[in-house]
Amino acid sequence: MSAATLAPADVKPGADAPIPLRAHLRHTGALIRRNLLWIRQDPESMFDALLFPVIFTLLFVYVFGGSIGQSLGGGQQAYVQYVIPGLMAMMGMNMAQGVGTGFNQDFNSGVMDRFRSLPIGRGSVLFAKIAVELLRCLFALTVLMVVAVLVGFDITNWPGLLASVGLSIVFGSALMWVFLTLGVLMKNAQSVQAMGFLVLMPLQFGSSIFAPTNSMPGWLQSFTKYNPLSSLADSARGLMVGGEVASHLWVTLAWSVGLTVVMAPIAIHKFRTKS
Amino acid sequence: MTRIDKNPEGGSAAVTVRGLVKHYGETKALDGVDLDVRPGTVMGVLGPNGAGKTTLVRILSTLLAPDAGQATVAGYDVLRQPRQLRRVIGLTGQYASVDEKLPGWENLYLIGRLLDLSRKDARVRADELLERFSLTEAARRPAGTYSGGMRRRLDLAASMIGRPQVLFLDEPTTGLDPRTRNEVWTEVKAMVGDGVTVLLTTQYMEEAEQLASELTVVDRGKVIAGGAIDDLKAKVGGRTLRVRPVDPLQLRPLAEYLDELGITGLASTTVDTHSGTVLVPVLSDEQLTAVVGAVTARGITIGSISTELPSLDEVFLSLTGHRASAPQDAVPTDTLEEVAV
Repeated sequence: MSAATLAPADVKPGADAPIPLRAHLRHTGALIRRNLLWIRQDPESMFDALLFPVIFTLLFVYVFGGSIGQSLGGGQQAYVQYVIPGLMAMMGMNMAQGVGTGFNQDFNSGVMDRFRSLPIGRGSVLFAKIAVELLRCLFALTVLMVVAVLVGFDITNWPGLLASVGLSIVFGSALMWVFLTLGVLMKNAQSVQAMGFLVLMPLQFGSSIFAPTNSMPGWLQSFTKYNPLSSLADSARGLMVGGEVASHLWVTLAWSVGLTVVMAPIAIHKFRTKS
Repeated sequence: MTRIDKNPEGGSAAVTVRGLVKHYGETKALDGVDLDVRPGTVMGVLGPNGAGKTTLVRILSTLLAPDAGQATVAGYDVLRQPRQLRRVIGLTGQYASVDEKLPGWENLYLIGRLLDLSRKDARVRADELLERFSLTEAARRPAGTYSGGMRRRLDLAASMIGRPQVLFLDEPTTGLDPRTRNEVWTEVKAMVGDGVTVLLTTQYMEEAEQLASELTVVDRGKVIAGGAIDDLKAKVGGRTLRVRPVDPLQLRPLAEYLDELGITGLASTTVDTHSGTVLVPVLSDEQLTAVVGAVTARGITIGSISTELPSLDEVFLSLTGHRASAPQDAVPTDTLEEVAV
């Protein structure tokens, strides 16, 4: 009973068994089903995806639309064409923030211990979460476009619109890894939310999402220039209503890939090792 | 109760632990623990809050990496072969680890799919286990609406989906009322009857006595005693005598009186106001008789009298000469007494 180590015969030989790709897909699928059942159980969790686009569109178009539109040389209608692609960029970001808080609550429930004691790749839990959040994001973007048309947005370029939706989703999923990491690392949902708010506010407003940057002071212009949200908003604008696309698009894609490559392994590692 | 006598073939142990150490900063949650659980037996790990029981279970179920030492479950090393290990274990935590938003059936189906059962097999297994744990009627309701006992049963069902060889039960009845606790015990006994090896942690001698054949007593991350439960009981020797005076006002005077007489066991006499009884530790039949005689001589009318297993305190006092050393305030005494029915 007091032998310091185990005899080799006591331990089965061989390395650990790897998990085949098909099993990974099966596990992720089962967990996606779980997250979808959550929404069915608690439809109120979709309120943000429904109300966010409605409130922001109405607020910006009717409160700021007139005056900013004037400087664009066309009144409120000109501002609608300007701000809708911007709001599309913002939507991915806001949905991404929700992932962190939601996952933090989920992580602190006992059921995570059960998942972690099962022979599944621990990334599956995170992939399933992101997949369902992207569906929510798609829903929010659809709502946004319906409201946009109601306030007079003129869809001139359908392929461009779809490409913008795709781009927001890609960038949104990259951001989700950042917020998932926060969700795993921080103690409670409130601090994740506060942290998300602190990161989001300057990025959102210090960008070309809501207004052209040329009237901003120089130092702020340098910030907005390198803010990935400006690139995303400008790409969407170019794709949907015309203008420069390629350069903004490449910057946005580079940010998306960069964030994913750096943050996804960190999120999975932190999730795996947190006890 | 399943008692499996010494396995003549020997056989490799279902769980082996050697020199396991885990520190949290200054706190030594585990300080060199050795443990062996033979296949098909139930090992009880008895200790107060903070003794390191949960840390041990978390390491054995690969949720936590040890700082030093070695551990295997069903022959798989916790550090080197975690995935294979996870395939052969079941875990029921201290707090029911079910998804409260999902219906009971969906909880079990999900676990089945995560354990690589086919859709059909996962469905069949979910139905089967709901039936077995008497949850069929509640199958479609979210687990969040279940009572404490139902949730614990769902948790047990979830840990049985993969037909585990080794089952970890971490304080499976903490916080349950006596009736529900008996239900859980019945289920655990049935599972043991199926040949599963169980490692059970508990704060209650009564629970260990009900379920385990062998016992390891831990305190402050160290094993302080171990062996067949009957041997340990003989070693401890004590019992708890529960006396209910007809007049509840007599409770405290009676307890003080018995303490003054000094005819009782090692731990002091305690009052359980909840059930209106005085708990008296006794070491021998002579002491028991003396206590009954003293109560009678004092002229106190007794409504009921019964004996039960010694309390955790009594066990610790007789095995180590000191009280269970962990933060006792974390274990409200009234819970302890209430649960020791």
